[in-house]
Amino acid sequence: MALAQAKEDALTARVSGLTLAEGKGWLGSARANARARLAAMGLPVRRDEYWRYTDPASLVAPFAPSAARYQPSDEPEAFDGIDRLKIVFVDGVFDADASDDLTLAGVAIERLEHAEQAQIHWAQGTYGMLEAQGQTPVARPFATLATAHATDGVLIRVTGRVARPVALIYVHASDSSDVILHHCVKLEAGAKLTLLESGPAAARLTKVLEVDVGEGAEFHHVRLQGRDHDRRAATHVFARIGAHALFKSFTLTANGRLTRNEAVIDLAGPSARAHIAGAAVGDGDFHHDDTVFVTHTAPDCESRQVFKKVLMNGATGVFQGKILVKPGAQKTDGYQISQSLLLDGDSQFLAKPELEIYADDVKCSHGSTSGAIDETALFYLQSRGVSRASAQGLLVLAFLAEAIQEVDDEAIAEDIRLRLEGWLARHAAKSGR
Amino acid sequence: MLDIKNLQVKLEDEDKIILRGVDLKIGAGEVHAIMGPNGSGKSTLSYVLAGRDGYSVTEGSATLEGLELLELAPEERAAAGLFLAFQYPVEIPGVGNMTFLRTAVNSQRKARGEAELSAADFLKLVREKAKALKIDAEMLKRPVNVGFSGGEKKRNEILQMAMLEPRMCILDETDSGLDVDAMKLVAEGVNALRDAGRSFLLITHYQRLLDHIKPDVVHIMAAGRIIRTGGPELALEVEANGYADIMGEVG
Repeated sequence: MALAQAKEDALTARVSGLTLAEGKGWLGSARANARARLAAMGLPVRRDEYWRYTDPASLVAPFAPSAARYQPSDEPEAFDGIDRLKIVFVDGVFDADASDDLTLAGVAIERLEHAEQAQIHWAQGTYGMLEAQGQTPVARPFATLATAHATDGVLIRVTGRVARPVALIYVHASDSSDVILHHCVKLEAGAKLTLLESGPAAARLTKVLEVDVGEGAEFHHVRLQGRDHDRRAATHVFARIGAHALFKSFTLTANGRLTRNEAVIDLAGPSARAHIAGAAVGDGDFHHDDTVFVTHTAPDCESRQVFKKVLMNGATGVFQGKILVKPGAQKTDGYQISQSLLLDGDSQFLAKPELEIYADDVKCSHGSTSGAIDETALFYLQSRGVSRASAQGLLVLAFLAEAIQEVDDEAIAEDIRLRLEGWLARHAAKSGR
Repeated sequence: MLDIKNLQVKLEDEDKIILRGVDLKIGAGEVHAIMGPNGSGKSTLSYVLAGRDGYSVTEGSATLEGLELLELAPEERAAAGLFLAFQYPVEIPGVGNMTFLRTAVNSQRKARGEAELSAADFLKLVREKAKALKIDAEMLKRPVNVGFSGGEKKRNEILQMAMLEPRMCILDETDSGLDVDAMKLVAEGVNALRDAGRSFLLITHYQRLLDHIKPDVVHIMAAGRIIRTGGPELALEVEANGYADIMGEVG
């Protein structure tokens, strides 16, 4: 009882700081439904088992804790060299002037607030629907909060094989911005899209991305979470993957006082594939949590989770990853690896890998490791003239390589590698070694 | 070139003395060999010179052309012209051999105040050197030493040496684990690098490497000291009679 009361109080506190989004049409109903669901579950407190390793207090607080912006002058914009359609949000508000024209062959992109005018809309079957399904068996109240209270977002319907990536760029302008976004992507059968996301977004970001991948469709998601040191974020990806479809998601995170990235994936059609990967580099007051739940509903599906974290100066990494194989999901091929490289004794990695299997003809493997940098390899590199800091950078990149390999587009993967190299080099220069 | 005086070394973590006063002087262009039984301190000597952690020098000095090595970081010793070919080359998953070589070459150039090699120049150079050692493009692309055979690892060490052009090369049991053909390749690679400005220290158990790389001076090391020094004939003596005679002689 006490826990339920605490959750309810947490919700009341959080919602008190929000203006209620307008309740019109289908979107109004979806929001009202989410508010009702939210009222029943409340917001998490530390005593929740699912929040055991990550303190939700600053995500629940009525106002976003202040976060200064980090503006390095020597760092190119994310995905700079990639020809992409840019959609810019400044502190969570769509910026038409900074964005490209939203017309692109094979895809229809619409702002959330425009879509609510429609009597009937394709997003009715997606908005809040995948999120609601993803609430069992474990509640994800911040996602429901985003469905109920998102102030902006885009609805993307993909009908063709789109050559240019669509890039959502999140600019953080105010030190106190508290932003809630909700996006939906629906790929029709055989369609293809690459979605890029980058930028710190806000002092505090609560976000949902729902992706419905139709039969034989292909969705690639690459995200670079912004580098503002003090920012906080609770993000969620909900995906339903149809027969023979492919879903790939990769996230690179460096900095951020608190990041919780949840991914809830349902392999709903036979022979579907889902790869979820993350690379994180944390220094100092950094808490990074990847919480992943993959459900094999249909047979003959493949899932891969690859999460790598490099932690130093007291940073904390968390991984909660689960593979659930439902009855009937025979010939499942599930793989999960979570690894951390601890560069000093002050940092920690908390991992909770789980398998739950109700089918008998299944291949599932998981592993989790924590280790220090290989001193022998370090000496070998140094003995060839490479400075200790550069050698460490090379070994860090090598450690993260398996996660970055999950990015199929070689140009995008290279952008990520170069960015990481730059960060590590500057970091090495800063620490003066 | 290399001047080691009364070098005394113990393990950092325990009171185990490994080197008990090593004196060794190698002139420019000379090839010296150190032979000795297991546990005599040969590999420790090479590690201490290269700057590996875990040893503490209690006495003595080692200078490379007048520069005190023992106070420098491993990468500074490398930039000063020291190279150690490892007995057990280290596997580094995730780091491409090519990236590794380029980073090494350019780090040293930078440390010496020289311009970095352009990608094209580097590629040309590495292909030429690799070809001589029968190292194919596939091996250059693979992660450093990962999945390499024993022979491939040793050839890869010699490739690094050829790329870095050090002045003082220490080869720690480069012949171990090699078949005759691989040893010939490695020896050819080493001999190609011999010149008046470059010196070699070969650490080996066996005479057979010295058939392919002719030393000027042979030292016998035992119990942390050099107990005898002579010409190439000393290696033949060891081959014929083992170490026991010499060690007995010295007492």
